[in-house]
Amino acid sequence: MKRVLRTLATALTGLLLAAGVASAHPHVWVTMKSTVVYGPDGAVIGVRHAWAFDDMYSAFATQGLESKKKGEFTAEELKPLAKVNVESLKEYDFFTYAKVNGKKVTFVDPVDYSLEFNSKDTVLTLTFLLPLQTPVKARALELEVFDPSYFVDFALAEKDAVALMGAPAGCQFNVGKPQEMSKELADRLAAIPPSGQIPDNSYGAAFSNKISVKCP
Amino acid sequence: MSLTRVAGERTLIALTLFVAVALLAAGALDVAFAQGGAFTARPAAPPPPPDGIVGWILAKQTSFYQDFSRIIRAAKTDGSAVWTLLGVSFLYGIFHAAGPGHGKAVISSYLVANEETWRRGMVLSFASAFLQAFVAVALVGIAAALLNATARQMCDAGRVIELVSYGLIALVGARLIWVKGKGFLREARSLSRPLHAVGAAVTPPHDHKQHDHKQHDHKHHDHEHHHDHGHDHHHGHDHDHDHSSAWGHAHGPEPEELAGPGGWQRGLSAIVAVGLRPCSGAIIVLVFALAQGLFWAGVAATFVMGLGTAITVAAIATIAVGFRSAAKHVASSRSGYGMLALRGIEVGAAFVVLGFGALLLAGYLAAERGACF
Repeated sequence: MKRVLRTLATALTGLLLAAGVASAHPHVWVTMKSTVVYGPDGAVIGVRHAWAFDDMYSAFATQGLESKKKGEFTAEELKPLAKVNVESLKEYDFFTYAKVNGKKVTFVDPVDYSLEFNSKDTVLTLTFLLPLQTPVKARALELEVFDPSYFVDFALAEKDAVALMGAPAGCQFNVGKPQEMSKELADRLAAIPPSGQIPDNSYGAAFSNKISVKCP
Repeated sequence: MSLTRVAGERTLIALTLFVAVALLAAGALDVAFAQGGAFTARPAAPPPPPDGIVGWILAKQTSFYQDFSRIIRAAKTDGSAVWTLLGVSFLYGIFHAAGPGHGKAVISSYLVANEETWRRGMVLSFASAFLQAFVAVALVGIAAALLNATARQMCDAGRVIELVSYGLIALVGARLIWVKGKGFLREARSLSRPLHAVGAAVTPPHDHKQHDHKQHDHKHHDHEHHHDHGHDHHHGHDHDHDHSSAWGHAHGPEPEELAGPGGWQRGLSAIVAVGLRPCSGAIIVLVFALAQGLFWAGVAATFVMGLGTAITVAAIATIAVGFRSAAKHVASSRSGYGMLALRGIEVGAAFVVLGFGALLLAGYLAAERGACF
């Protein structure tokens, strides 16, 4: 019996070996919609995100919250939680990475935030405007949303995932879904020096939900 | 012991060793990938979605987790869905534990540092996995079900538990360094003295080293696989015959370390250190089950998940124990420096345990994100 167990354990190990590389996996799923917001002068002000959490995480997040009606929450009742959520997003760089005209730009604390609870799907949606530190005219904007530690899985919504608001005429967006890992890509990744300094081209782009906007 | 059995066990040892080396390599990669963000100011890239079998396992594990929601909902009206829930929980536990986690690393390092039997490795693995499940159930049961605490409050409580756990890991590591460091120094000192003088204290000096080397090899293979049946006994046996050559008298602390109530107490500290920190996934599933009015189903799922986790950790512990006994085998076939090297490995493993504890405590290594953000 013990021998059988041990053999089993060894065999299993082979399997785990393969899985070992698979590393982290998500516990939270977010279906997202993002709107790039422009000012009257045509400069990009920021991004308005709408993140819908999966029902398990939604149940977890609303646990213990007081509400007038059991199992339902008004935006008012969810306000304190929304505040905590957006405040703690800072620690994770808001999961949002952007480049304007090829240069990295920084976001500042979210404003105009709210949480909404859909009692039919029991899904919680967090909406907020993520402003750029300084509005900037962008001929090329690249936007990526992902969690580097992959605790949260972000996926663009199937419909109307991306929109432009107040964009100058002629601006067009493009949406790239996460790309499959290829041998070539794996090799390039393996070549990243331990310092974590990434050579010019963004490798992250290959894996995340990438939105690019081009304006004339 | 039949010939085929011996051959089979040899193959198994060889396989175990191979897997150990490969796993270590994969582990290094893994840490580089998963923790890359923790050591650099800015994350390099989101985790790659791998293809092939790895991608399949990852996808499976993810889909198991996502299945929980559907199955728990179904269980509200259809009792038989609970069986599906348990099955999925079991598989999820197995796969989930395969990810990077300090628990496995600490347990394997602990097993390498200490000369532990396979059986004790199993006990460590299972006990820590079940403790982990128990802590998750206790946390959600008390905080959420009884006190109606919010997610945020549970996360805060989780953080405290986490810190205690990391502190304990560091303590276990520090203690190991103390004990194993002494062993190492003693070995080094005994090497600097003439060997026969040392040997004389234990057994009459003679050409032991040379004369039964071959036989010794064979015997050793027998030993490897008796770990589970009667390790202590074989230990005694080892000391009598093989040791005077390679082990000198540096094995002094070993038997007392291992046997007796003291050994189990230290084992307990490792179990608590590793098992104290509940898994975020289990907490989320438990709270969801509670919200659905099926807390008991969540509890059952958590313990079955723990069983799956235990099996994975046990597999890794098996490698660690295999590695340790293979190292010892090599060490005892070379005089003097072989033993010193083994003591060195032990001290190194002890430092790994302390390192994990310290880095986790300092926040440089994130084991797994807390469920709140």
